[in-house]
Amino acid sequence: MGSRQRIIMNGNSAAAFGAMLSRVQVTAAYPISPQTGIVEALADMVASGQLKAKFIMSESEHSVMASLIAASEAGARVFTATSSQGLALMHELLHWAAGARLPVVMVNVNRAMSAPWTMYCDQSDIVAQRDTGWLHVYCEQNQELLDAIIQGFKVAEQVLLPVMINMDGFYNSYTTEPIDIYDLDDVDRYLPPYDPPVKLDPQEPHTLHGGTGPHLFTEMRYQAWQAMEHALEVAREADEEFGRIFGPRYGLTEAYRCEDADLVLVSSGSLVGTLREVIDGYRARGERVGLLKIRYLRPFPVQEVRQALAPAQQIVVIDRNVSVGMGGVFWQEVRSALFGSEVGDKPVLGFIAGLGGRDVTPESIDEIIQMARSNPPQDVPIWVELKV
Amino acid sequence: MTESVRVLADIPEEELLSPGMYSCPGCMASLAMRHVLKCMGPNTIIALTTGCWAVIDGPFPYTSVKVPLLHGAFGTAASMARGLRAALDIQDQEDVQVLAWGGDGATFDIGMTALSAAAAYNEDVVYVCYDNEAYMNTGGQQSTATLPGTKTTTTTEPGLVGMRKKNIVEIMAAHGIPLAASASIGYLPDLRRKIELARSLKGFKFIHVHTPCPTGWRLPPDQGVHIARLAVKSRVHPLYHVLDGEKYVIDFDPEPVPAKDYFELQRQRFVPLSEEDLAWIQQDVDRRWQTLLARSQPA
Repeated sequence: MGSRQRIIMNGNSAAAFGAMLSRVQVTAAYPISPQTGIVEALADMVASGQLKAKFIMSESEHSVMASLIAASEAGARVFTATSSQGLALMHELLHWAAGARLPVVMVNVNRAMSAPWTMYCDQSDIVAQRDTGWLHVYCEQNQELLDAIIQGFKVAEQVLLPVMINMDGFYNSYTTEPIDIYDLDDVDRYLPPYDPPVKLDPQEPHTLHGGTGPHLFTEMRYQAWQAMEHALEVAREADEEFGRIFGPRYGLTEAYRCEDADLVLVSSGSLVGTLREVIDGYRARGERVGLLKIRYLRPFPVQEVRQALAPAQQIVVIDRNVSVGMGGVFWQEVRSALFGSEVGDKPVLGFIAGLGGRDVTPESIDEIIQMARSNPPQDVPIWVELKV
Repeated sequence: MTESVRVLADIPEEELLSPGMYSCPGCMASLAMRHVLKCMGPNTIIALTTGCWAVIDGPFPYTSVKVPLLHGAFGTAASMARGLRAALDIQDQEDVQVLAWGGDGATFDIGMTALSAAAAYNEDVVYVCYDNEAYMNTGGQQSTATLPGTKTTTTTEPGLVGMRKKNIVEIMAAHGIPLAASASIGYLPDLRRKIELARSLKGFKFIHVHTPCPTGWRLPPDQGVHIARLAVKSRVHPLYHVLDGEKYVIDFDPEPVPAKDYFELQRQRFVPLSEEDLAWIQQDVDRRWQTLLARSQPA
């Protein structure tokens, strides 16, 4: 493993270091809590010369993504970060970046969507962007976040699709942890400079993304679909290679103590850290409880999820988001992945927890497990620790 | 050489626009692109936002421009231009020029905040707004570039006395940018001079080109230039430019014709205008001209 420097920092700083180590060339930014630390740190890096990049201070998130799309089309490696309302304002351009097949990498610091006005964590901001054509990665802790950014460019530039990397607002963004900052030369070996197949260049003029009729549009979407399917393999390889050079391996999912588990808890993001602790406690008492961490929501690793959940008698999905009228989005995804498969015939319960920054504590998890064992309804989401 | 021959001889020969594009007959926006590109030259990248020109360029895989062109979402011409400038500069391609291109809806309305930001940060790009005074690509809905009294497809009560077309050149000049200018498709040598001037200046340059739309304005296809010239002669669309937000230069001071002549020639475009309406319009045109005159006087 290469040399590294271990520095104490929060998630926002780790994200900025991830971008710096990836040698991003253009970043555009608009401030929104709890993302601001990322773009402030990037601005410092650009101002000090630590990062040779152009920093565009935008007047809205819509313009942030429009600028990055154009910069990417001109051949630059581009990065930004946003959160919640800002992500929603970008929505139109998220589709554009994916349809244009651009390897934009963006960190989204998960924050609930208003109204009512709030700035605390949940994942309703990002699940609302699920179908924009981006790869979606959810991080449990801050080293994983930094690593996911470097890996994100590696994957994005091979499959030519944008990558969204999520960290939970406050739980990750403002939590301080020791972070390994890798040697730039090692990162350069892992992540060579971006070499686009086509770019805007007066020496070889192209017109990009002109009006397209029904005779070709479906095929273009199908190509994006193929690229997303291919991304499963590319992401696994990128993770393997990363592990060989730098140490950590994360997988697209992680099955933790699932092998003989009766009950498997499924979740994503910072909540996974709490779940590990709780599960270790149950295991110490001889109870067969396991955990499935989902890192990639898109492409959804269907086979891995089926395999990890095969031994379980009962599955409990904990969502820090809600699609009002149906339930948590991860719950729906897991049910879809299992339905009709050889492991599909088992109860999958959906719990809604931690909305708008409410802490999901070990006691909350105890309550979820108790409720799961009391034969609750399977076809509606169960709201945890409701006060009404 | 006579004056007219000399003017023709001054037009750069290189065509950066191909024939066969998807414009309507008599399209003034296409003529604007043709001449602006001739002056910008081949070492240019276009950031094109949604509007007539997104169609005019032609459907994929066809294109009518011979320089790189990036189609983008509505209202993003200025933001895309900023991204292109940054990407080119970081790759040591400072010599490549960026041309942002948007219609009046994309510029006066949906792209206004992005445009203002690009100007405030003084990005080194040329922004050209082709103005046909409504959302013509979608069939002629009202924009804030629409003249008072215009019957658009979304007009419920035609604004008259007290209503004004947004004064985009003044708004842009107020940013203190190196160049904010009005131009007209009826006066190509003036337009070309302004593009040349823009190319010679570093920073954000904004050029507002009046491009009458025969289809949308219900004119015969050969009337675009004639109407454009009448807009200038009646001072409804005066030709001037502002350097650094301070130095005003009137580029053409014609013997004025009454605004009434301009409006009455286009009765198909406007609601019936009363004497009171026309008096208000003339008063507003005169007031604006006097303001321009006062600002263009040496201190």
